[in-house]
Amino acid sequence: MLQVVCIKQVADTETRVRVAADGKTLDPSGVTWIMNPYDEFALEQALRIREAAGAGEVVVVSLGGAGLQTTLRNALAMGADRAIHLKTDAVQPDPLQVARALAAAIRPLDPHIVWCGKQAVDDDAAQVGPMTAEMLDLPCVTVVAAIELQGGTAVVEREIEGGREVVEVTLPALLAADKGLNEPRYASLKGIMAAKKKPIAEAAAELGAPALEPVSLALPAARAPGRVVGQGAAAVPELVRLLRHEAKVI
Amino acid sequence: MPILVFIEQREGAVRAVSRETLGEATRLAAAPGEAGSGPVVGVCCAASDPGLAALGETGAAEVLLATHASFAHYEPTGYTRAIVAAVEQVKPAALLFPASAMGRDLAPRVAARLGVGLAADCTALAVEGGRLIATRPVFAGKAQQRVAFTGTPAVASLRPKVFAPVSGGNGGPAKVTPLAFAAPEALKARVREVKATTAGKVDLTEAEIIVSGGRGLQGPEHFDIVESLAAALGATVGASRAVVDAGWRPHGDQVGQTGKTVSPKLYVAVAISGAIQHLAGMSSSRCIVAINKDADAPIFRVADYGIVGDAFEVVPALTEAVRALNAQR
Ligand SMILES: Cc1cc2nc3c(=O)[nH]c(=O)nc-3n(C[C@H](O)[C@H](O)[C@H](O)COP(=O)(O)OP(=O)(O)OC[C@H]3O[C@@H](n4cnc5c(N)ncnc54)[C@H](O)[C@@H]3O)c2cc1C
Ligand SMILES: Nc1ncnc2c1ncn2[C@@H]1O[C@H](COP(=O)(O)O)[C@@H](O)[C@H]1O
Repeated sequence: MLQVVCIKQVADTETRVRVAADGKTLDPSGVTWIMNPYDEFALEQALRIREAAGAGEVVVVSLGGAGLQTTLRNALAMGADRAIHLKTDAVQPDPLQVARALAAAIRPLDPHIVWCGKQAVDDDAAQVGPMTAEMLDLPCVTVVAAIELQGGTAVVEREIEGGREVVEVTLPALLAADKGLNEPRYASLKGIMAAKKKPIAEAAAELGAPALEPVSLALPAARAPGRVVGQGAAAVPELVRLLRHEAKVI
Repeated sequence: MPILVFIEQREGAVRAVSRETLGEATRLAAAPGEAGSGPVVGVCCAASDPGLAALGETGAAEVLLATHASFAHYEPTGYTRAIVAAVEQVKPAALLFPASAMGRDLAPRVAARLGVGLAADCTALAVEGGRLIATRPVFAGKAQQRVAFTGTPAVASLRPKVFAPVSGGNGGPAKVTPLAFAAPEALKARVREVKATTAGKVDLTEAEIIVSGGRGLQGPEHFDIVESLAAALGATVGASRAVVDAGWRPHGDQVGQTGKTVSPKLYVAVAISGAIQHLAGMSSSRCIVAINKDADAPIFRVADYGIVGDAFEVVPALTEAVRALNAQR
């Protein structure tokens, strides 16, 4: 049973965003790069499924520039068997382009499960997973917070407004992992050593034409500085007055 | 050219987010240029008509209704086919979805099937020089991206609670027309059941008021003070990640970069430090109140109003004051 995990390298969540000279993209200088946090849940789950089955292969696929190698090595150190690096110089390919390239690379692998993260914490698009599934003609469940495999089907739970949908999906399928699915492991020293010998295949990303055209990236208007109404319970009457008569929210 | 809007229904009722999306479509339709100046048409997938004619009031001229027995629950394969059929029939300049749980799952599939770009979770749309420009928060709200579309239709999903519905829209009922589409034979994914987790409560992403608690509350048993304040305000309870990771509250309650993004009119942060990943999920709230015993907590930098003090003293006093205010009304 082969599982594919799509992994995106993103700027650390602590990053102070600065806009590059083109006025459209993130200035990469000084940015620490990490594996997209949701992709860690996806990878962890794939590893657990392989471990529970006692067989199978976990292949990580990532699209991006040369700096991606560290994230791929990290995935291999966590326990993935091999990696595919889809190389591109495009600074910010749009989700349709990424999905197109991922689908082309994944199709020949004929996987049992394709894993993605719920969303990438840089573009916050939450699109690449379901778009890739549509292109591969696979059923897909997004925002997966629990999973149970029952032979050829997976029973998964996904968060919706005010509840959880319990979805039964026939495999092969694409699943997009949410936080809460599991607690991702850290790479062990042994894993880090082993990762050095694991293969990273390289191929050119088949992006095709862009579907979105970036116009600008800008920092949002800063919130007007707030004020401390007072100290302790004594400040409550004034707070209530402000909420009622100034902000008019209660 | 027309603008097509996906009308989301659940359990036989049109959801409020659909009226917000229709509202923005109505405003866009009034704008000059290619993207504007057309009728607003809805497309709805349902087991039976959830009262679509009433959407005339909120801006829809016509609603195409795709019915199928499997549409009692959300079912992406059939929904995608129906919407693609509606696009082929209506030939819209733009196709809009609510960026709800359903819309965020469905819109990318429809866009991929159509081979066009999608701007997800938008907070503003505008027609500039005849073309549609979408504004969307990226990096968890630390920046805003503006994008244009290279193909037609432009597909966008709109963040809940950001766009206002219109009223008196069409001056009459919407015309409801059955939509012909090829339903899928066998479903590869189907909803077995929907477990209510917040029975009777408004979801965080749709709440007008949210009261969130953080690690400073020291234990799940102390969330009662947050619950009481929320009850007095008619609010939904949220939480920081520290609290969720400790198992004090369920994952669905988490606000922030790896939780929910919320935009209520009032957000009360109780004993939450205001880490950048928490701010990411709530800094677009209209009014923010912080209650924290540490005057230097970063939450005070985004709070409109802050009280420096012990939550166990301040929150019950605030609850009493809100109750007294409610009693006067
Ligand atoms: C990749 C990543 C993603 C993340 N995503 C999220 C996310 O989605 N959401 C999120 O919230 N966090 C997220 N975090 C975690 C975030 O960095 C913080 O650790 C977390 O928000 C802290 O929660 P807290 O404010 O409840 O706890 P703390 O930081 O421990 O703050 C507790 C606060 O309570 C105050 N306090 C203590 N006692 C009292 C009292 N009696 N009365 C009043 N105040 C009191 C203290 O002064 C302090 O400010 C993420 C982190 C990472 C690395
Ligand atoms: N460049 C990429 N390479 C590999 N996987 C990606 C890439 N971009 C997005 N993904 C996958 O798609 C998910 C959703 O990303 P997004 O649609 O950008 O929010 C991520 O969590 C990844 O699993």
